Amino acid sequence: MALRKIIPVLLVALVAALPLLAPFTQVMLTLALAKGLAVLGIIVLLHAGQVSFGHALFFAVAAYTAAFVGKSFAGGELVAMMVAGTLVAAVTGLFVGLFVVRYRHIFFGMLNLAFSMIFFSFLEKFYHITGGSDGLQVLRPSVLGIEMERTGFEMLLFYGSLVICLAAGWATWAFLRSPIGNMMQTIKTNEIRLEYLGVSARATLLAGYVVSAALCGLGGVLMAVAQGIVTPEYAWWIRSGEFVFIAILGGANSVAGAFVGSLVYEIVRTYAAAFAADVWQMVLGVFLLAIILFASDGLVGMYNALMDRLGGKGGMRTDDAREAAE
Amino acid sequence: MNTQLFALAIFDGVAYAALVFLVAVGLTLIFGVLQILNVAHGSFYAIGAYATASLGGMVFAAGFSPYLAFPLMLIVAVLVGIALGGLIEQFLLKRIYVKEGALQLLVTFAVFMILEDVQRLVWGVQPYFESSALQALGNIKVLGITYTVYQLIVLPCIALAVLICLRLFLRRTLSGKLILAVTEDREAATSIGIDADRVYLLTFIVGAALAAFGGALASATTSVVPGMGADMIVLSFAVVATAGLGQIEGAALTALLIGLGRSFAVYLMPELQVLVPYLIMLLVLLVRPQGLFGIAQARKI
Repeated sequence: MALRKIIPVLLVALVAALPLLAPFTQVMLTLALAKGLAVLGIIVLLHAGQVSFGHALFFAVAAYTAAFVGKSFAGGELVAMMVAGTLVAAVTGLFVGLFVVRYRHIFFGMLNLAFSMIFFSFLEKFYHITGGSDGLQVLRPSVLGIEMERTGFEMLLFYGSLVICLAAGWATWAFLRSPIGNMMQTIKTNEIRLEYLGVSARATLLAGYVVSAALCGLGGVLMAVAQGIVTPEYAWWIRSGEFVFIAILGGANSVAGAFVGSLVYEIVRTYAAAFAADVWQMVLGVFLLAIILFASDGLVGMYNALMDRLGGKGGMRTDDAREAAE
Repeated sequence: MNTQLFALAIFDGVAYAALVFLVAVGLTLIFGVLQILNVAHGSFYAIGAYATASLGGMVFAAGFSPYLAFPLMLIVAVLVGIALGGLIEQFLLKRIYVKEGALQLLVTFAVFMILEDVQRLVWGVQPYFESSALQALGNIKVLGITYTVYQLIVLPCIALAVLICLRLFLRRTLSGKLILAVTEDREAATSIGIDADRVYLLTFIVGAALAAFGGALASATTSVVPGMGADMIVLSFAVVATAGLGQIEGAALTALLIGLGRSFAVYLMPELQVLVPYLIMLLVLLVRPQGLFGIAQARKI
């Protein structure tokens, strides 16, 4: 049924139009998109059945890189920040990855956590380099050499982020469908069979790991520029946990889920957290339990189930819906 | 570094290692049997500490002997183990044994998040400090250093006693042997009539009680603050991973290693204090991926 394909397009259009209708939502949506990119990185790894509790590391590495670029080159240049941040995140991902891809499941998750904790302590303790817990300021950078006013810059940042997210979503979708993406899926189902085919499981996972680190990095740069400040909190384990939470909320098996999840999460957090500030973590925990126990495909899964019911039998497979959502 | 500082670092390290061991051994026991890394373990530790500090405060304010702190700690540990550990295993973990590893980890993570807020709601955010047990036992002078009896003698002795009791329990008693049988091969154990569900429940309660006991003992030596559970879970995971998952005696030695490493860092390179446990873990795992005492597992097709 065509409805299934139309609704995602309408949703994207709605997100694009929202800042024009309600300008106060613009910053919130930009932050949601930045987080969505990081969540996309988590989803790449979930594709191989691995969950990382330390991906805030790459988010923070890239954000601090952007801050340093800004500090060293008089305000900096947005495109340079994005390139540098993503690159540094990818290289960090390569080095951390070389170590962690030897492990699976619990070890994989917790070793990632250990790395991010080490970086977090570094950010806090080495005050003269990182500004300690006060963090570093990120001044508004120029864009391709053009200095911009605040409103214009924020508008550009939002639509730029939207375009980047759509492109990154499509690229990730293609990556997961490529031979290497299929091999990653085999790590989840049966790794030894993969090795019998002559494929190195570690090299495969490492490729996925670098991609996921780069995605987190890109998200981190956008976040840093949108917020105008980077703090050690970027690398804290709560943030890593948040990424994993959003991935499960949106739907761990789908690219669209990363952005659906992060938009819903950010909107709910902005407006509902005020009423439940004391029990916010509890609310998240209960939701996480409910999703894992009762709706393990997340929001995207619910959407597909709903469409299946509306569209009757023979509805599209999840993959096609994902394609439509892109 | 003179002799006194050296001795001081060793005392600090041993006292700290005793606490970390109690938490880590519960974690490794649960992992050995249930194959689940229980992130909520840190919450059991924190709740044990909070409960002991707040109840102890009431008991001592009413004029009772500070020595009552010790039975109180045991009671708190057993209660947390049965009430919290038992409920979580029965109503939550039971449903997820069939799910994939990543989701199991997330479920205990969710429980951890919920319990963090529960602590904040019950006990607030202000620190609790209740050191009657520590003060009641007084000080001792060793190598020219005055140190508390509680930290230098009682804590290591309790840790050692727990280690020996646990070993005897697992090797000599029927319940212990059932636990070992299920750890070795769940299917085979079930097929000869062992009720694996009960073994799971028992193990989880024992493990949770050990964590709460560690927290109860720790409450006398430090102020009880929000976030202590998070620090402890990551640290005790570092111990468990360095030792090799499921290794009980190994966890004791590794706790000592990491405890000493941490206390020497405090005196030599204070800025590295937080990092030392993780650096030790990374170095060990780089050389021995299965941990110091772990056995490399055969891979199943």
